Amino acid sequence: MTDIAKIAQPSNQIERRKGDRRKHTRIHLSRATVSRDNRRTVGEATVSDPRIHCTDVNVFYGDKPALRNVTLDIGCQEIIAMIGPSGCGKSTFLRCLNRMNDTIECCRVTGSIMIDGQDINDKSIDVVPLRAKIGMVFQKPNPFPKSVYENIAFGPRIHGLAKDKVELDEIVVTSLKRTGLWEEVKDRLDQPGTSLSGGQQQRLCIARTIAVNPEVILMDEPCSALDPIATTKIEELMDQLCTDYSIVIVTHSMQQAARVSHRTAYFHLGDLIEVGTTEQIFTKPVHQLTEDYITGRFG
Amino acid sequence: MNKLASSRPKTIDQVKASLPKRHLSEKVFRSIGLISIIISLMFLFVLFYTIVSKGYTAFQQTFIQLEVNFDERLLDPEGTRHRDALSTADYGGLIKASLSKLFPEVTTRNEKRLLYSLVSTGAAYQLRERVMDNPALIGQTQQVWVPVDDEVDMLIKGHTLRDVPEAERRLRDVQIAWLDQLEAKEKLALKFNTAFFINGDSREPELAGIWGALMGSIYTLIVTLILSFPIGFATAVYLEEFAPKNKWIDLIEVNINNLAAVPSIIFGLLGLAVFINFMSFPRSAPLVGGLVLAFMTLPTIIIASRGALKSVPPSIREAALGVGASTMQAVYFHVLPLAIPGMLTGVIIGMARALGETAPLLMIGMVAFIVDIPSNILDPATALPVQIFLWADSPERAFVERTSAAIIVLLGFLFVMNALAIILRKKFEHRW
Ligand SMILES: Nc1ncnc2c1ncn2[C@@H]1O[C@H](COP(=O)(O)OP(=O)(O)OP(=O)(O)O)[C@@H](O)[C@H]1O
Ligand SMILES: [Mg+2]
Repeated sequence: MTDIAKIAQPSNQIERRKGDRRKHTRIHLSRATVSRDNRRTVGEATVSDPRIHCTDVNVFYGDKPALRNVTLDIGCQEIIAMIGPSGCGKSTFLRCLNRMNDTIECCRVTGSIMIDGQDINDKSIDVVPLRAKIGMVFQKPNPFPKSVYENIAFGPRIHGLAKDKVELDEIVVTSLKRTGLWEEVKDRLDQPGTSLSGGQQQRLCIARTIAVNPEVILMDEPCSALDPIATTKIEELMDQLCTDYSIVIVTHSMQQAARVSHRTAYFHLGDLIEVGTTEQIFTKPVHQLTEDYITGRFG
Repeated sequence: MNKLASSRPKTIDQVKASLPKRHLSEKVFRSIGLISIIISLMFLFVLFYTIVSKGYTAFQQTFIQLEVNFDERLLDPEGTRHRDALSTADYGGLIKASLSKLFPEVTTRNEKRLLYSLVSTGAAYQLRERVMDNPALIGQTQQVWVPVDDEVDMLIKGHTLRDVPEAERRLRDVQIAWLDQLEAKEKLALKFNTAFFINGDSREPELAGIWGALMGSIYTLIVTLILSFPIGFATAVYLEEFAPKNKWIDLIEVNINNLAAVPSIIFGLLGLAVFINFMSFPRSAPLVGGLVLAFMTLPTIIIASRGALKSVPPSIREAALGVGASTMQAVYFHVLPLAIPGMLTGVIIGMARALGETAPLLMIGMVAFIVDIPSNILDPATALPVQIFLWADSPERAFVERTSAAIIVLLGFLFVMNALAIILRKKFEHRW
């Protein structure tokens, strides 16, 4: 073992002990059947009535492939969690779903992503209504350097969702309340959004996204900077939202994925390794890589 | 204690060992920075000191008090009070008469010529103006302050020394004696040099003013600003936010960068060839000057504006696009407010360069000797730096201080422009 590995060892053990304490201890008993070398997706990637239907999506940054042959459905009224080690392409996949990758110069997306009978990647698609329909919470909180109020009012205003100031105020207040931010910012609505704390900024961005009432919400680690109480609030919000809408959430917290999501997809180095119901992924993973990851044996 | 800890030196010791070197390099850098600032401040101080100390005297002018008898026989022999008659009357005669009254002992032709030359030729124009404004003056006798000749002015201000041999002076001994008499009688006084601020150029230094050049500069800069500001902004925003990244855009970019490095006189040649020779715009006009300077400043504005746009974090754009804003909305509502201060800085740098530019204006004839104050962008005009160049080139001693004074005015103009830009910038910065 190298020095570095030796130093890293103790924390690994701590991780594993944590894993042991989880309620899914019996995963150690089950044996995954698909070997680590198999990079084809295992499990049920498609559903009968998909909201978004992705087929053979490949993404390249320049010549470097970041995602390979991802075929995955996002169901209606479902929360689907994307998990996987850092750099495996979760954000990249999420950004494909609302054409956010357009903003990256060297990024190229192939394959088809169908929503409402149209291919998102079609050149004739207008990205403005697409992004209004598919909202996104970014991995890094990125509030506008404007007032808290303006941050949330911007979306509804440009889409004409409010007839007058009263309606706009109402949208702002309900969005803030739903994300549990209202009590903290109600006295400072005119202060810059960038002056909020990291976690508050994250919730501000969530509030900004739900203010335009998107039908699909893409959330890239929305709770990474939140305390357990705020996290609970957001998870409750997701529960409410998914009665009408679909939510795709990227998370590094396996507990969170287990708590909120209906289905879980595991990515590994650009490949979609395994998809299944959350119950099945966390209790009876089929792929060896999935099992390694959720038991903390990865790496 | 495990093996790991004992086999390695403690981190804190390593950190401590490296501290002196780190502190030293920081100290060295700080002192270098401080020294550079002191040196540049020193240069700035020397610059301002020389200009101000040489130029401030030009804001005053020596005047002589004359008892002028507005003699009707001389001004309006027929008594018609007709404007034409009044405007062509011999006002110089009035001055000569009152000078002769002051020095009755001067009789010879030669001496009289010397005596009369003490007073500026502009004095007669001033009397004419007074009479034209108020014909009732005719027949009265009044005490009038009129400017003296520039050589006298220089002597009174101490710029010309008295103890050099007479042959090397412009003023004869006898003239100096008269002046001493006048001074003793308190008939000479330094007063605020209004003429310098309200007149156009003149061959006579005591009559020469900066206003014509200042107006020329203002008109030229207005044309420059009106053209280069919107075109530069639009180009920068388009290239930075909308343009597809391809060979053509790269080519345009390279060319803009090259244009920024083209010597300004080339732009003057271009203006001469295109606007004056080909399109027959008037020569020496601020319109052409403004066009040429707009060409010259455009690359500067575009490059600075693009820099300002580039420095806006991409996450802001993503945030706006993410809620469904069009590119235009993202740029207008979120990128521009952040970039405007930087873009304005670019405009200011460009405009300051345009204000100080001489070479291209020489090519398009804004170097002509122009007495009249331009009243629009088509009138012949000159500009401040060109005026400075012209005066610096003039042989008269009195133009030396006026050159420095003109530089002070130019710098003042620059300060006003910068102050405006800073105010504008502050306004944009606080727009939530
Ligand atoms: N703009 C980019 N340009 C080039 N390569 C990129 C870019 N963005 C991401 N990548 C690469 O694509 C791969 C996937 O990145 P992605 O951001 O999707 O990872 P992720 O799964 O979201 O990781 P994390 O959990 O750390 O957020 C990485 O190897 C990354 O280096
Ligand atoms: Mg990510």
